[in-house]
Amino acid sequence: MTSAHPGLPEFDYVKPAGLKEASQFLAQHAPEARPFSGGTDTFVRMRDGFFNPKYLVDVKGLEGTRVLKIDEKEGLTIGAAIPMNRVVAFAEASRYPLLVEAAKSVASYQLRSRATIIGNICNASPAGDTIGACLAYQGVLNIHGVDGPKTLPLNGFFTGPGKNLLKPGDIVLSITLPVPPKGHAGRYIKLGRNRLSDLSIVGISAMGVKDSSTKSGYKFHLAIASVAPVPFIPAKAEEILANNALNTETIILAAQAAMDAVTPIDDVRGSAQYRKFMVRNLVNRAVTEIMQKLSA
Amino acid sequence: MGFHQISVKVNGNDEVVTVSSNMTLLRMLRESLALTGTKNGCAAGECGACTVMLNGEPVNSCMVLAVEVDGQEITTIEGLAKDGQLDIVQKTIIEKGGVQCGFCTPGMLISARALLNRNPHPTEEQVVEALVGNLCRCTGYSRIIESVQAAAERS
Ligand SMILES: Cc1cc2nc3c(=O)[nH]c(=O)nc-3n(C[C@H](O)[C@H](O)[C@H](O)COP(=O)(O)OP(=O)(O)OC[C@H]3O[C@@H](n4cnc5c(N)ncnc54)[C@H](O)[C@@H]3O)c2cc1C
Repeated sequence: MTSAHPGLPEFDYVKPAGLKEASQFLAQHAPEARPFSGGTDTFVRMRDGFFNPKYLVDVKGLEGTRVLKIDEKEGLTIGAAIPMNRVVAFAEASRYPLLVEAAKSVASYQLRSRATIIGNICNASPAGDTIGACLAYQGVLNIHGVDGPKTLPLNGFFTGPGKNLLKPGDIVLSITLPVPPKGHAGRYIKLGRNRLSDLSIVGISAMGVKDSSTKSGYKFHLAIASVAPVPFIPAKAEEILANNALNTETIILAAQAAMDAVTPIDDVRGSAQYRKFMVRNLVNRAVTEIMQKLSA
Repeated sequence: MGFHQISVKVNGNDEVVTVSSNMTLLRMLRESLALTGTKNGCAAGECGACTVMLNGEPVNSCMVLAVEVDGQEITTIEGLAKDGQLDIVQKTIIEKGGVQCGFCTPGMLISARALLNRNPHPTEEQVVEALVGNLCRCTGYSRIIESVQAAAERS
């Protein structure tokens, strides 16, 4: 049978019974073995010839990967086996509106029946739509490695396009997003080539909250997709929003600082210059909309 | 390469199939079970022609391994009609002229049925969002969207 894309290359599907076995198998067979969750990045890359693993290790049956729960102290924990649609449909996830909005922007409904937030994170694409929200909510990854369980904060996890701090044998079981500040507002603005279902040319994750410890009385967390080798946190822009009376001029200054800090590339979806301008305009829009929500 | 024997319920029938590790659900349906209503379009999760229901939720069957559906339930376009009666959304897509070449239609109908199951009275915007992963190169979509809305009104 001929098709536009070739079939999947040969590999062995492995479904380990336990975590210890899984981590050991992955470590022993690195780099020929690769873990997967939804497979929506992995299969495409294999068809395109970028990955050629000898073993694909399905993590979805492993202990700790099927969790989707809220805890009043710890926050929201989302397992590696939980597809994005289930997160969106989980009533308690509405306490994390930025995450829900970002997850709904990914691909199509049927792709989100398989695609996971953990896969989006581990894939470490600078364009990953849900990564910014997980950064803004100060997510922590729960991992099982050859030496047992460990945690890693998401901030600092990304080391380059497609690269992260995971070592051979490491399996991300879940992510925990701590209880968000009361009364916060979020906004994800995704600029794609069409209104729905494209990868982002630029993606702005913004979260803001009233905060008496800052000069402005507000605290903002920002993260920007598709403008740097890794998901980008514009620290200077966040500082400007914390340290100056929050009016139109301050927001313009912060948006300009974000534009100056990003280092996008030209690619099929947009030029570097266009991306820079869009960062300025959309950071401005996201922060303005959050201020409106916070004062409503 | 490894082979696996799986048990799967397809359109209500219990099937036992031997699949290779790299066989997709799409290929299993078309080549092992001869259910060729499900189409192979892009094989990359973009076009939606291969959409089937996995435990009631629509998935791109080109992006699921056959071995992953062991013990699960699949509904394909062949399973949409019940007791010789077309599904209401199959009827309305015929009436409204939402089919031209027909290649996208099986996937489109699966997405539409899944939408109506989780949201029996969707707004136009919700219909558009639910069908965004199903590409049609003939109709311009309007009549497909109208068909889903008509099906919702009638059920
Ligand atoms: C048609 C199409 C459209 C898309 N649109 C978007 C979009 O709009 N926005 C977007 O952000 N992405 C998009 N994607 C990319 C992809 O769907 C997402 O990145 C998705 O979240 C990946 O999740 P997954 O579970 O399917 O990942 P997988 O393919 O299972 O894994 C992705 C990577 O993470 C690793 N990995 C997976 N699970 C684990 C684990 N538990 N521990 C350690 N490593 C692990 C894998 O080895 C692999 O390198 C699209 C993909 C397709 C095919």
